[in-house]
Amino acid sequence: MSTETKRPVLEVRNLSVALPKGGDRVHAVEKVSFTVNPGEIVCLVGESGSGKSVIAFTVMGLLAKALKPTSGEILLEGENILTADESRLRELRCTRMSMIFQEPMTALNPVMTCGEQIDEVLNTHTNLDAATRKAKIIAILDRVKLPEPERIYASFPHQLSGGQRQRIMIAMALVLDPVLLIADEPTTALDVTTQAEILKLVAELQAGQGTGVLFITHDFGVVAEIAHRVAVLRWGELVEMGPTEQILSRPVQAYTKMLISSVPSITPLHRGVRRDGKTVLRTEKLGKIYTGNAFFQKARVVKAAVDVDLDIRRGETLGIVGESGSGKSTVARCIARLIDPSEGKIYLGDTEIATMSARKLRPHRRRVQIVFQDPYRSMNPRITVGDFIIEGPMNFGLGREEAMARARKLMETVRLDPNALDRFPHQFSGGQRQRICIARALAMEPELLIADEAVSALDVSVQKQVLELLDEIRVRLNLAVLFITHDLRVAAQICDYVAVMSKGRVVEYGSAEQVFGSPKAEYTKALFAAAPGRHWDFGKFAA
Amino acid sequence: MIDFIARRLIAIIPVLAVVAVFVFLMLRLTPGDPAAVIAGDNATSDQIADIRNKLGLDEPIWSQFAIWIGNVLQGNFGESFFFKKTVAELIAQRVEPTLALAVCTLLFAVSISVPIGVMAAYRQGSLLDRAVMGFSVLGFSVPGFVIGYCLIYVFAIELGWLPVQGYVRIGVNFWQFLERMILPSLTLSVGFVALISRITRASVLEVLNEDYIRTARAKGLSNRVVLMRHALRNAAVPILTVIGLGIAILIGGAVVTESVFGLPGLGRLTVEAVLSRDFPTIQTVILLFSVVYVVINLLIDISYTLFDPRIRY
Repeated sequence: MSTETKRPVLEVRNLSVALPKGGDRVHAVEKVSFTVNPGEIVCLVGESGSGKSVIAFTVMGLLAKALKPTSGEILLEGENILTADESRLRELRCTRMSMIFQEPMTALNPVMTCGEQIDEVLNTHTNLDAATRKAKIIAILDRVKLPEPERIYASFPHQLSGGQRQRIMIAMALVLDPVLLIADEPTTALDVTTQAEILKLVAELQAGQGTGVLFITHDFGVVAEIAHRVAVLRWGELVEMGPTEQILSRPVQAYTKMLISSVPSITPLHRGVRRDGKTVLRTEKLGKIYTGNAFFQKARVVKAAVDVDLDIRRGETLGIVGESGSGKSTVARCIARLIDPSEGKIYLGDTEIATMSARKLRPHRRRVQIVFQDPYRSMNPRITVGDFIIEGPMNFGLGREEAMARARKLMETVRLDPNALDRFPHQFSGGQRQRICIARALAMEPELLIADEAVSALDVSVQKQVLELLDEIRVRLNLAVLFITHDLRVAAQICDYVAVMSKGRVVEYGSAEQVFGSPKAEYTKALFAAAPGRHWDFGKFAA
Repeated sequence: MIDFIARRLIAIIPVLAVVAVFVFLMLRLTPGDPAAVIAGDNATSDQIADIRNKLGLDEPIWSQFAIWIGNVLQGNFGESFFFKKTVAELIAQRVEPTLALAVCTLLFAVSISVPIGVMAAYRQGSLLDRAVMGFSVLGFSVPGFVIGYCLIYVFAIELGWLPVQGYVRIGVNFWQFLERMILPSLTLSVGFVALISRITRASVLEVLNEDYIRTARAKGLSNRVVLMRHALRNAAVPILTVIGLGIAILIGGAVVTESVFGLPGLGRLTVEAVLSRDFPTIQTVILLFSVVYVVINLLIDISYTLFDPRIRY
């Protein structure tokens, strides 16, 4: 792309943003400089806390009041935004620079129709009459490839899917042809197939209009897919910047090397032949049906899981892979009897637990333990980590002293300081909390460990460590693991067997090598085709 | 929707049944004999027994209850022991002042409390915010009759702008009616304003943290539009809920306020009926209040759908 002749749409020079006093560092962003040229997609990559979103919000002038830019300038087509007043910023928003956000589910006002919300932009920034505005909105809805623009115009956000809502956001952002589009993790909350469509749409639209895009992401797959140039951020500082190909294949800085090396490969590891371990868990035609209650009308029926047959042996990891709503978590929750299955059988060893009464089930509860997705919300903030770990064993009759001794040992197993047992959850990072959750599950000495999206909320480098830990524990304790994930790369690295679920059914089930190497079901093929950066083999660099 | 309304209307029946039994038993089990009240201070015990017999009070309690419920189900609410009228007539006479007081109070309270609640949320931590919060604590804690007498002292006695007491029917003279409604509804709204402004503030504050507010700002909308069009409408549901619950406060407050300002409404009727042990009147008024309460809350629930398209019954 020849962009040298044109003036950059965005120039960030020496930008520093101060954090409020008492933070873990002085600056959220420190002396960061980069440019975005017309028609170019620049990715800001970094882990949580790297300051990438702060930069985006500073450009839009939407920073939280506690954060203050302290030095540098941000030039939008040559105009310094940092010195612009509030009314000038309002004029620029959505006309020269637009932003789309991470959560399409919550980014639209739930009580206004999509049409009205886009109309607000035109009404605020132009003098067009109502008919022209409507025509313009229908045209942009068509351009973002929403079906039946007239119907979508009159729809409320909750009547649309996540992908459609993100298209509405894009339509709203681009309706006035801004020169700069800031996309803050716009596909992170979306399913992989929807993500692929949205990425394609953004690339098409910006190429057509010559829009400069500042794209924020933590996902190197997305970077490989969409970026022209990449800037890597860490703790608010720019680590390295260059063309995508160069950064991904020949990174110079140790941090970049470490980050890229942490990206799990989509090619599964060779895990060897099936060992003849004892079957720990087997399900037969497991099903869960949700019915709504209605007094006069016909009741609504949702089949969350249908005829699910799975089995896991000792020392094996079975992955359930699927998009949101595929029923993967429903199956996990049925197996742990957190919800009651409506059909089928669950054999835990030789015991059938699907229909067992709550009282009889109690002694068996110990045998299946879950680690949940969000380590920030799955721990009670008011009890110490030690009490958190020993609560379960003590419930099953272990004395406090013995339980504490076990907790100390487990802290070592998950590589945390055993002396930290008297601390509270907020004193630990996300990755450390997830380790504590694993220790809590292990304290019950389970036969089956269920990890429900247990690494999805973690940064890629932390994710790698937790995955390695889980695998090590599996081998050491000869544990059966049920691993629920939407992330194909993670599944490829940790699973011996994989079940692919779609709309409540298992559509493909086999060894990881077979499922990833030669998928048979159409759905599985489509899923793999949508994985971002699938053509890119992320190298392993010595740091 | 029809399904929902039908279910909710059916749900009124057990509520009323419980209220009916409870009120009936409470009245019978508390000391105080209506016959003695009617007969007066110089009555002989024979006279009292005679009156008891006439009123049916010497029947066993369960049979009194059966007779009363049977009559109520046929639309006959009985005759007042004391006012020599049917209870239905009595209530029809007394309903206007109470209704007027309730409507004026609601209008007054909502039109004041919602805007100040929104402003307090928008300027969180400002002087205005702290003033609103301070007022609401005061509004909750000062009893209605104290506020009522203070207002009478200032506006009616010292300044002489408004009449002290009394009621003029709306059909007789609208301006005099309005003049006499101002102080009572002001009195009654104090607690209400405190409650609604507080909940409005909390509700708007919560909404202001939502992603779509950030989106609205990213669109370049002015603060006023963001606040009124995007924030307030999303904050409406909890506010409406509290207004519905507040009707109960209104009913309780009406009893005191009507007594302070001499309004011949249902609140004062209740007080008079209780003092004279007028069982049929008390029972009917309380049943009426519970019906009103349940129906208003049903209407509030239905009104949610106007504000939030996601709510469908």
